[in-house]
Parts: sequence; C-alpha cells; structure tokens
Amino acid sequence: MKTNGLVARIQGKPDRWKERWGQRLVAAVPMGWLLVFFLAPFLFVLKIAFSESRLGIPPYQPLLEWVDGAVLQLQFNLANFGFFLEDPLYAAAYLSSLKMAAVSTLICLMIGYPMAYSITKVRQPWRNVLLMLVILPFWTSFLIRVYAWIGILKNEGLLNNFLMWVGVIDQPLPLLHSPFAVYVGIVYSYLPFMILPLYATLERMDLTLREAAQDLGCRPWEVMLKITLPLSLPGIIAGSMLVFIPAAGEFVIPDLLGGSNVLMIGKVLWNEFFLNRDWPLASAVAVVMLVLLLVPFMLFQHYQARQDEAEAR
Amino acid sequence: MKLPRSLRLFTVLAFGYAFLYGPIFLLVIYSFNESKLVTVWSGFSVKWYGELLHNEKLLEAAWLSLKIAFVSATLATIFGTMAALVLDRFGRFRGRTLLSGMIAAPLVMPEVITGLAMLLLFVALETMIGWPAGRGQTTITIAHVTFSMAFVAIVVQSRLRHMDRSLEEAAQDLGARPLKVFFVITLPIIAPSLVAGWLLGFTLSLDDLVIASFVSGPGSTTLPMVVFSSVRLGVSPQINALATVIIVTVAVCITLAGKLMTLKDDGRKPKRS
Repeated sequence: MKTNGLVARIQGKPDRWKERWGQRLVAAVPMGWLLVFFLAPFLFVLKIAFSESRLGIPPYQPLLEWVDGAVLQLQFNLANFGFFLEDPLYAAAYLSSLKMAAVSTLICLMIGYPMAYSITKVRQPWRNVLLMLVILPFWTSFLIRVYAWIGILKNEGLLNNFLMWVGVIDQPLPLLHSPFAVYVGIVYSYLPFMILPLYATLERMDLTLREAAQDLGCRPWEVMLKITLPLSLPGIIAGSMLVFIPAAGEFVIPDLLGGSNVLMIGKVLWNEFFLNRDWPLASAVAVVMLVLLLVPFMLFQHYQARQDEAEAR
Repeated sequence: MKLPRSLRLFTVLAFGYAFLYGPIFLLVIYSFNESKLVTVWSGFSVKWYGELLHNEKLLEAAWLSLKIAFVSATLATIFGTMAALVLDRFGRFRGRTLLSGMIAAPLVMPEVITGLAMLLLFVALETMIGWPAGRGQTTITIAHVTFSMAFVAIVVQSRLRHMDRSLEEAAQDLGARPLKVFFVITLPIIAPSLVAGWLLGFTLSLDDLVIASFVSGPGSTTLPMVVFSSVRLGVSPQINALATVIIVTVAVCITLAGKLMTLKDDGRKPKRS
C-alpha cells in the first residue's frame, strides 16, 4: 500500500505480514471467482469446439478418452471448423454481423458526438439532469425497449399508420423484419454507451487549447477538426468498442426486429445451440467470434486503461 | 443561413432525447389502450393491468427473477467492491492485468458467448464433482454475479479514485488497522457508489434474457424469458402494461435513491467545512 500509517512506520511494521495476508485474501476472492466462473468457461468452449457431436447427454464426445482402460486417446476433431469452409452461410453471417455492427457504431457516433458535445455546453444543474436522462433508459429493460420498436415499425404499426395518415405513402412499408429495423434497434439500445464515454472525455478537455487555436485564427470547424476531435479520441474509441463488440454478437435485436431476413452470427449460435442442439458447432462458432473480436477488445482495454490513468492524475 | 449557437445546441438535444424517449412514451400510452390491437387506439382502459395480475405464469417468473436479482446483486456488490479496492489501492502486483482484463471483458462480451461458456462450465463441473446438481436458480445466480460484479467494480473504482485519501491516512496514522480504516472511514464515503452498483446489478439481473436462457433448466423460467416468448408471438397489450409497471418502478427507485443521496450529502456538508 502506498499510504502506510506513520505509526506503523515508526513501530517498525509489526503487523506487516498480517496486513499482507489480509490483502492477499481480499484479492483472492474476486480473482478466484472470476477465474473459475469467467475465464475457465472459455477453456471449456475451446475444448468442446474440438470434440465431436453425438446424441446424448451431454451431446458431445469427450476429447480425452481411456481406450481399453490403458491408452489415453486424444480425439482432436477439426470437423466443426471445416463447416465454415463448406457452408458459406457461416462466413456470410460473420461478415454481415461485423458490417452491421460497424455501421451501427458509426451511426451511434454521429448521433452521440453532437449530443455529448451539446451536454457539456449546458449550464450545471441542467447538465446533470441531461446526463441522468441519458443513463435512465439503460435502467429500464433492454428487452422492452426493443419490443417498443416492434409496435412502431410493423406493417400496421404507428409509423406506417402515421405516414399513411399524412399521405406520404398509400401502402405500409415493410419496415419490420428488415436490416433497417435492426440498425434502428442497435443504435437505439446502444446509444447511451456511446454518449457516456464521449461526455467523460469532452468534459475533461483542456479548454485553453481550443481558445488558443481560436486566437491564432482557426475557424470553428478547424478547431473542431484539429483540436477537439483528436483530443477526444480515447472517448471515441472506448464508446465505439462498447457499441461494436456487443452489437456484433447481438441476438435479441436481430431475432425480434430482423426476423428471418437478417443474418447475424449471434442468432446462428443461438439456433445451433437451442434448435439443432449441436453444442460442438455452437462452440466452434463462439471460438471464431472470440478470435474476431480479440483485436477490438484489446483496443478497448488499452484505451480504458489510458483513460483510467488520465482520470487518476 | 446559420442558426445561432444556442438554438443549434437545443435542436441537437431535442432530437436526441426525443429519439431516446419517444418509443418509451408510446409504449406507456398504448398500455392504456382498450383494443387488443396494440396500435389502434379505441379508448382508455386499465384492463390489461388487471389481466397482468391474473397471469400466474408471469407472476411466478417475476418472483423467481426478483429472488435471483436480489441475491446476485448483493453478492456482486461485495465481490465487485473487493475487486475495485484491489485494483485501486493495492498498487502493482502479479495478476493485476489479468484481474483488470477480467473486469473489463464482461462489459463488452457478447451475451451468447458468455451464456454458452457458462453452461459448458456448469455441465463439466456437474460431471466432474457433481455440483451444481442440475441447472436453475443457483446457476443463473452465479452467472449474474459474474457479469454484475464487473459493473459494480467499475462504479466503485471511480468513486474510490475521486475520494479524499487524507481521512484514511489520518486514521492509519492514529493507529487504526486496515480493516478498521475500511469499515469506519472508506465504506461510509463510498457507500453511495455501492448503492448505485447494487441497483445496477439488480436491474441487469432482472433484465437478462440471453445468459439466463443458456444456464437455466426446466422449471426455472425467469421474467425476461416469459416476456421474450410472448413477444415472439406478437405484440400484446399485457406486455405494454408490464413494461409500464417496470418503467414506473425504475423511475421511482432512481428518483428516491438520488434524493436520498443528495439529502445525505447536504446533511454532511456543514460538519465537513
């Protein structure tokens, strides 16, 4: 610990070992829990991704098996990954997931950045209220917020009714069960995750730099482009990853709003597991998804750590 | 040709918040619609709320969800606070990067992966050591603790970082043991963040569909699972009524918690200065 008590220092730290063991105990509990219930499960995913599917409980072949009670046989099965090459459905699902997540992230950024920026310009009691209002939808059920859009987007839904009443269209537009609906759902659900980190960096920003740029003759858009935007990069990356990574594996939104017209990998995994009961294939899908998301995750972790340090200063 | 600055700000914010809150308001309004067709207005009625009270399956699921949420939020608050303390106060040690990685990962990990991974662990544990026997309330609770504690740790850590350390140092200099310093000085100061973390864990658990679907067993159906299966069949006014109940409860809880915290802070200020 950085701040050792003065008394303890004078007394020559008689309880030093006691304190150290106490610290170890405090560290061991959350560490142990996460190792067992968060990290270890991924090893099982990896293991089962390489085992063979079978009918039974559990529905997969053991990887290591005692043959005739003497020889330890290792059955390493790559067939689950071969599926990806044989069936173009999987590759297509990955690509469309990454594309939809990337586009949604971009839209979130385009809506979220002006909002976060505007909130920092509002005077104080109101600023906290506005911030609270960004967080509040996050507390109400995610499922219900997605559900709200079904009522709005479906054929006899509120939006179509309104447009027909105004006279813009004669026939309802097929809005629900389309990629459009999925984009709306993702942007709507994940927007707060984009606004909050952006607000955090924009609020902390050194205003004198912007003033200096203005005094030196920069136009407002130049100040924005050359000072504000680069300085808020950590917030942009943190927010983008908070949207991109979970959106790429999203299941509820493509299932409820996309129907069968939208292919996303989270839904493929869900169907392999719950409908086909093919645990090894579902695991293989998860392993490939993890590999794809590793780089975005490391980016997130890196900038998160940097932001933590900036805040600590 | 150019709008004044304040008007531009106002427009951005008005559109942004209309987008965030419009759908929720429509949902609430149509929960009072008499017609079974959710989107056709035919008159004011509260009959869907009445039907909600007689939906045994839904009430049972809600009760199970509340139990799981209560236990998992409490455990997550304890473990999450410990993790936050370790990350903020214990300096550099072996395994720190691992711990901070394991705290950050659940925040972004796609739920289908976490759910599948947890289920495979529980199945493997059951065959190896016979625990947990079957899947249900226990396994859902464990899974919820795991992802909620990450959120709690983030909330508590930010409070720990911003608090005034001199009080802790003073107590230590006066001879208080680390454990006593924590319970007498640190805990009361970070208490609001613990409350916030607990509430967050509670709502996250109450709201989780995907992970619970993976790790639940026969006979343990949580509220989101009931809602999901009925939503899949189509829009139903009962779900609108349920949504309104949830939204109103959350809004009241948040306002109360906020009020309590500001009251507490106000009560302390004179003593401090």
